[in-house]
Amino acid sequence: MALTTQSARTSVTSPQKASRRHLSSGRKYAWLTLNYLLMILLAIFFLFPTVFMMVSSLKTDENQLLQDLSSVNAFIPYGAISLQNYSDAFHRLPFGLYMFNSALIVTSTLALGLLVNSLIAYALARIPFPGRKLIVVVIVALIFVPFESVAVPLLLMVNQFPWFNGSTTWIDSYQIQIIPFIADAFSIFLFYQFFMDIPKAFEETALVDGASRWHIYWHIVVPLSRPVLATVAIWLILTHLGDFLWPLLATRGDTYRPLMVGMLAFFNQAPLRWGDVMAFASLIVIPVLIMFLLFQKWFLRSAASTGIIG
Amino acid sequence: MPTTTSTSVRPNKPGWRRKDHYTAWAFAAPAMILLLIFLVIPFFIAIYYSLTNARLVSGPLHTNFVGLVNYIQMLGDDSLHQALLNNSVFGLVMVPVQTCLALFLAVLVNQKMRGMAVFRTIYFSPIVTPLVVVAVLWSFLYNPGQGLINEFIKTISFGHLGPYNWLNNPELALPAIMLLSIWQGVGFQMVVYLAGLQGIPESLYEAARVDGAGRWHQFWHITLPQLRNTIIFVLIATTILSFKLYSQVEVMTQGGPENATATVVWYIVHQSIHNVRVGYASAVAVVFFLILLIRVIPILRSVITTKERES
Repeated sequence: MALTTQSARTSVTSPQKASRRHLSSGRKYAWLTLNYLLMILLAIFFLFPTVFMMVSSLKTDENQLLQDLSSVNAFIPYGAISLQNYSDAFHRLPFGLYMFNSALIVTSTLALGLLVNSLIAYALARIPFPGRKLIVVVIVALIFVPFESVAVPLLLMVNQFPWFNGSTTWIDSYQIQIIPFIADAFSIFLFYQFFMDIPKAFEETALVDGASRWHIYWHIVVPLSRPVLATVAIWLILTHLGDFLWPLLATRGDTYRPLMVGMLAFFNQAPLRWGDVMAFASLIVIPVLIMFLLFQKWFLRSAASTGIIG
Repeated sequence: MPTTTSTSVRPNKPGWRRKDHYTAWAFAAPAMILLLIFLVIPFFIAIYYSLTNARLVSGPLHTNFVGLVNYIQMLGDDSLHQALLNNSVFGLVMVPVQTCLALFLAVLVNQKMRGMAVFRTIYFSPIVTPLVVVAVLWSFLYNPGQGLINEFIKTISFGHLGPYNWLNNPELALPAIMLLSIWQGVGFQMVVYLAGLQGIPESLYEAARVDGAGRWHQFWHITLPQLRNTIIFVLIATTILSFKLYSQVEVMTQGGPENATATVVWYIVHQSIHNVRVGYASAVAVVFFLILLIRVIPILRSVITTKERES
């Protein structure tokens, strides 16, 4: 297909230019090879620890696994290969429960976070009201409060918060891992920046027609904002899925624990079997990677179709 | 810019505008209330703690007001100074390296070639590998006796170099953490750049090609200027992430050897949770916040003022 467009183009250009095109197509081939070579080398760099993890997760013989660590054998699935470690991971720990907890916590934080943060950002970027500049400055400053530095005071506070089921503390619950993380200063800043760049013309006509601000936000701004929604979503997933300090402080037993804390529990549970740890880790990584494979097409294409991100 | 004057052109009915204020506050309220309860108030409590000898175990009941003692103590705390230095070194290396490497990767996988989705996913894969897992994997790789990294260095140097005791050598431990962090983190910035790259209108490149501009010229005169906002975002995000370095240190080195990998956030957690010196840890947190703010204000100011000029 690339060839036909190439020849179609050369047929209309001058002979001199055509020869240059021809020469450049040879160079293009070399360029292509160079690119793939580079990308494969980089792929090896980014992939080898993950492959090492997945291969090790299949090795049932713990001694063999440890011996293989120092050589290329670490990347070769051979010897005693089975899914035994995976079944161990499910049997030795409530993996399904951890998975459910993590999924619930991350999706709730994400859904509420995207809505709440984009709403305030829309108001700050688009609706003139007194005090909005001050709010922007305060929010920007809040980006730099390290969460770890407020963890202890926050823990003491939420320890005494009531909840709808009559509980007088938030310790050991889902809400303690969700609600404090919905509003995020950095996400607001990202949305704010993006909304500032959307041409006002998109909204002007709707405003003149008497559409409500909510209507404009929901039907015009949100559909235009897929790239920034995706960026914020990735940012939030990354910062919450991997977090282990707060869940460790905020939960007491398995019931509300997410995957990361479960993973730490695995280390402290005798006997420590690396095959099981690797299987546990693979179980976390594989679904997220599959999601990314599906997800990237969605948001990269929508970013391209709007053509307004810069 | 056709939109520059739109605000003044807009119909200016007073009642309409006041209704707009209510809407604005309604839109802003949920986030503001949540930030107030879960970030601002705890931060003020931390400021209060920083003036006391608060300890986690005894609770606020036995807490005494000690004035600026904690702040004065920080002046003579060598571990803290080392942590601040480590944070600065980490940031100075990580921010430029991550920003450039990520852009390079993004441009590479943004080409219209076969298999790009696979390469993107591969470069992104470390990001979704939980840090605890990453730390364990790399501890194996860095292992001085049988680690793959030492084997690799030995092989390519024909046995002249190594083995190095990566995580136990004060000079190598921080670079080792940096390499791991680059490996783990660069996929995030790459994805952000990718979203930005996809948004650049193809017509700009076509026009440049008609004019006979080469790849390098196109990159320098179209890609970079078009990515301006994305680059600023990546710079800020990378700076924030590098200041917040904690998990890798906690899992891999516990700040050692000889504080060589201690970072400020790690030190704050260590002091407040392990040593239960909440008052002192809070003082460190307050000072660290001020330092961050002062360092990043120039970037943010430039962002906000350019935005306002444009709108």
